[in-house]
Amino acid sequence: MLVLDRVGKTYPNGVRALDGIDLKVSPGEVVAVVGGSGCGKSTLLRAICGLDTPSQGRVLLDGETITSPHEKIGIVFQEARLLPWLSIAENVGFGLESWPRAEREQRVATALDRVGLGDKAGVWPRELSGGQAQRAAIARALVPRPEVLLLDEPFSALDAFTRADLQDHLLDLWSENRPTLILVTHDVDEAIVLADRILVMRPRPGRIYEEIAADLPRPRDRQSASFDHVKRRVLAALDRSMQRERRVDEGETRSEAGAGLWW
Amino acid sequence: MTSTAEPAAVQPRKSKAGLGRFVRWGLGLLLPLVVAVGWEAAVRLHWSDGRLVPPPSVIVATFMALAKTGELQRHVLVTTGRVAVGFGLGVIAGTMVGALAGYSSLTRRLIDPTMQALRAIPSIAWVPLFVLWFGIFEGSKITLIAVGVFFPVYLGVMGAVLSVDRKIVEVGRAFRLSGFQMVRRILLPAVLPHYVIALRSGLGLGWMFVVAAELLGASEGLGYLLVDGQQLGKPSQIVAAIVAFAIIGKITDWIIVLMSAPFLRWEDRAPGSMEA
Repeated sequence: MLVLDRVGKTYPNGVRALDGIDLKVSPGEVVAVVGGSGCGKSTLLRAICGLDTPSQGRVLLDGETITSPHEKIGIVFQEARLLPWLSIAENVGFGLESWPRAEREQRVATALDRVGLGDKAGVWPRELSGGQAQRAAIARALVPRPEVLLLDEPFSALDAFTRADLQDHLLDLWSENRPTLILVTHDVDEAIVLADRILVMRPRPGRIYEEIAADLPRPRDRQSASFDHVKRRVLAALDRSMQRERRVDEGETRSEAGAGLWW
Repeated sequence: MTSTAEPAAVQPRKSKAGLGRFVRWGLGLLLPLVVAVGWEAAVRLHWSDGRLVPPPSVIVATFMALAKTGELQRHVLVTTGRVAVGFGLGVIAGTMVGALAGYSSLTRRLIDPTMQALRAIPSIAWVPLFVLWFGIFEGSKITLIAVGVFFPVYLGVMGAVLSVDRKIVEVGRAFRLSGFQMVRRILLPAVLPHYVIALRSGLGLGWMFVVAAELLGASEGLGYLLVDGQQLGKPSQIVAAIVAFAIIGKITDWIIVLMSAPFLRWEDRAPGSMEA
């Protein structure tokens, strides 16, 4: 169980990026965090994985306070961030260096097969496409079998087709060991395809504005009416969360049509 | 259709690329060859006496004669030895100070302005002082070479450490690397390409300064051969020494490239640039 207890983050320059975030995520749950830019989504993820320490409150994983990167928590960044001097197999096995060689190679090979990069094991990262590199990054984060996998806008730099493909891939990988997934995204469709629960954040200071359950049956049909229903709710919540920033009060119809298009 | 056409199209392109490389090499050699053959012909045909600008055949003969007496080898060895020691010292100092300045911003603020000021001094200007401090023999020569090597290595290492991608370092942190592991698994490989370039420019300066040091007073070494050739009016000996410099300079540079190549195969570089 991952628990955030009144987590806040104030940067040295006085910017309050996060304020009073309370959150409980049960094992195996998939949570998506959406919100306008600058609402502290990435800061939240960095606090959970211990790359940044919160200035107020604490993050607990199975009762243990997280203050620095933890072996049970893996992270995938917006960019693949593969190490260019290691082959794909070595990159994927990066977190297993202390393992016996045979076991490590075995597990890396399985992971590469699972993400469809079985034939790329000996290749340098520069030879991969963006989508392939991101799949390798996901494999690298999953290979140590973390309990919690954090994803910081992992597919935002990819084209629409690759993105949909990788979303399916991610779900497929997730179903294997069912780690907790926390996904930051600014793609509402992506949030609904993947998540059980969607958190809409509000900026200045970053707070959880609304929580929306997306308990649709899996695999999810992007065209279904229920999908559309959840999407409308998320977009409406996003729109309301940005209300403060609006200068002019816009008409109802305008707001509905323009909902979610502002970013 | 396309799948059968493709291999057929690739095959001739490959052999053409091999031929193209050969031609490129040949093209580079064309100019010096034409000049050499032309000058040789001019002297043979008595259009010129070739006294001040000896023809290739005379240079080769001088080279051979120097090699036969063992004199050439002795001078090459002495000069190479000086460069090796000076280069070694310069590299060690430059690497340590550069790494320190790159790693800690406090150290950088403390020493970098001084280093930049010292770097602005033409290194030859140190010679009189070094002679007073270290004597006229090996000490002052090696110090001069070491100083010449130090600055490019210092600058290269500092810049390389500073330019390590913060995002990649974060990957190391996310995988909980210790300080030592971070250096071994992230920083060193990230810095290596810049380091090799720094070593190569350091070595180039090392060869430059060994000539300066030997011209200023030496009884042995290729620089001595240069001075000796000037004083005794033997231009062929001067050119032979210059050729020797060119050859061993190129060979030592090539050794660095060859030794680092296995570690740099991952680099995304334009094909053929390794030959430079």
